[in-house]
Amino acid sequence: MIRIERRLSQPRWLTFAVPIGSVIVAFGVMTLVLLATHHSPGHTFRRLFDTGFVGSQSLNATFIAATPLVFTGLCAAIAFRMQLFNIGGEGQLYLGAVFGAAAGIALGNHTGWLSIPAMIVAGAAGGAALALIPAVLRAFFSTNEIITSLMLNYVAALVINYLIFDSLSYWRDTSSATAKVFPQGKNLPDAASWPAAHIGSLVLPFGLLLGFVIAAGIWLLYTRTKFGFEVQVIGDSPRAASYAGMRTRRKILAVMALSGAVAGIGGASQDGDFRHTLDPRGLTAAGYGYAGIVIAALARYNPFAVCLVAILLGGIQNAGYALQGVDFPSGLVGVMQGLILFCALGGELLIRYRVRFARSSRAAEAAA
Amino acid sequence: MLTPQEADSLFHTVRVMAEEGRTVIFISHKLHEVKAVSDRVTVLRCGKNVDTVETKDATPRSLAALMVGREVALAGRIERETEIGQVVLEVRDLWSVGDRGDDALRGVSLTVHAGEVVAIAGVAGNGQRELAEAVTGMRSSSRGDVTVDGRRLHAGDAREAIRAGVAHVPEDRLHTGVAPSLSIASNVALKSYRGKELARGPMLRLRAIREHAARLIRRYDVRGGGPDLPARQLSGGNLQKVVLAREFDGAPRVLVIASPTRGLDVAAIETVHRYLREAAAGGVGVLLISEDLDEILALADRIGVMYEGVIVGELDAGETTVEEIGLLMAGGARE
Repeated sequence: MIRIERRLSQPRWLTFAVPIGSVIVAFGVMTLVLLATHHSPGHTFRRLFDTGFVGSQSLNATFIAATPLVFTGLCAAIAFRMQLFNIGGEGQLYLGAVFGAAAGIALGNHTGWLSIPAMIVAGAAGGAALALIPAVLRAFFSTNEIITSLMLNYVAALVINYLIFDSLSYWRDTSSATAKVFPQGKNLPDAASWPAAHIGSLVLPFGLLLGFVIAAGIWLLYTRTKFGFEVQVIGDSPRAASYAGMRTRRKILAVMALSGAVAGIGGASQDGDFRHTLDPRGLTAAGYGYAGIVIAALARYNPFAVCLVAILLGGIQNAGYALQGVDFPSGLVGVMQGLILFCALGGELLIRYRVRFARSSRAAEAAA
Repeated sequence: MLTPQEADSLFHTVRVMAEEGRTVIFISHKLHEVKAVSDRVTVLRCGKNVDTVETKDATPRSLAALMVGREVALAGRIERETEIGQVVLEVRDLWSVGDRGDDALRGVSLTVHAGEVVAIAGVAGNGQRELAEAVTGMRSSSRGDVTVDGRRLHAGDAREAIRAGVAHVPEDRLHTGVAPSLSIASNVALKSYRGKELARGPMLRLRAIREHAARLIRRYDVRGGGPDLPARQLSGGNLQKVVLAREFDGAPRVLVIASPTRGLDVAAIETVHRYLREAAAGGVGVLLISEDLDEILALADRIGVMYEGVIVGELDAGETTVEEIGLLMAGGARE
């Protein structure tokens, strides 16, 4: 008989072994899928690895794919740490992109490099503002934040599309005749282009580095401060927190705002680092916010692990584009990515529970 | 929870079912309900069948005696040596809404003096938990005052209660008394992390927190692990020691302590009782909420009995009997 029981203690090595094991299992299952669809697993995996992680060109593309995932991963991890399930990273990123682009356009080239911090602050404000809606509902009316934050993603997607496709908004380019027929966002001024760090032939986007700095800041906040201590206690036992006189409501507002702000900066980074315009189509097609949830779960909400997992997943995503072709449908790439996530989340179970192969009670009776 | 009218109609239905020839097993710890519906009463105590009697032969007093059991264990009682001081806790006409939306407290008044142990006896679910929570600020009250050392506390403000010197050992020690997945050190700092000793500005002094925990672990003889062990891995007795260590460390004026020995082994019970006596001897006003009458009789100076959200009787611990308490606990004061 197989029984699943809760672990009393969680050995430290498990937290490393299980994610790695999960990835291995995922590749195992993927091998079967590839064989069943008449693809060579060895060849596919090698190409996946090469285009994701080998050579500076692959790595640079991976960094670009990973940058938004770092932000949305941190966004989810920040909130999930307190058992606050902010699923709204997606919409918060859109709004951050809207606010960030507005700041960039408004400042033009007048203030030079000041455009960059202004975009970061504006993006953070946009993300935080959207996240505060489910936060207030949760804190004061006990509304389930999963539902509200998820629904706001759709609202945010409609808003960002409206700004470019259905209105003559501040963000829309109306300078030329073609731009009026084919709607697109205004190009951001040069001052709103974020720099990148060149290390040898590697190009690290400013947003990625900023994400790393934020990750370190979050780690510091959550492990070294009174604020983080309260978040830990509330996340573990809300009753113990109220017993200890902690102000849970304020913490819900603060953590959601912080979570949304980080996603919002991710949106501003999309404007400043890569797209240089408000690009609703590109942003809504990418699904960064949802990927961020998975990344946070894989990283077990650890900010540094979020960075690592984001790069890993960014690599797989980037390789996925390269793998797609006549003989390799994009659906198969999706299956592959899905399998990795599925196995990783399934592996979570093994960290908290253990599987025990016990003799059936009849056998035990016979023995007794 | 049923209203009295609903209860009456339920009892009627039960009687009708019985008259139709069906067998009804009715489980209750309220004597008037038992008297109202049953033909025969079996009394269980500690998972054992104590006695079965015909309802018409039973009196509330005799049933109460069976329920609470054996002779009063006055042997466990230690008479106090220290003098009782001035009033440290005063609760006046306290009303509070319970989790089910009904009035769990319906006008509770009591006083506790420095160095005194006041016990609240009662069958679980008669408002004791709500009383502990309302006094310690975990639960809001709809009417009435809680005054500590002459200072009136705001309803539902646990932080203010803590600052006023109200320590609280909750009945659910694993999920309220501690954050189970966090370390012992974190749990020892659960209330004091805001103070100067353990924090500097917004930052925690992690080393100070660990050392503080290690000191208390030694002083209170917590066994099973060091400061870094998650609290959930401690045994019940050691977990309770962690909670007590933290609460006493805050130099409280008032200690609200609920079912402090439930689920503990004999040795741990003794330790908890010793700490309680020491606290009272040190001038802390103790409000002990317990269902264990032996414990109450061994520790308390005065006893209030709670039934359906009110204190139905106040007794002097030196002069009362288990039967008298038991009768009040089961609502016998109604008859």
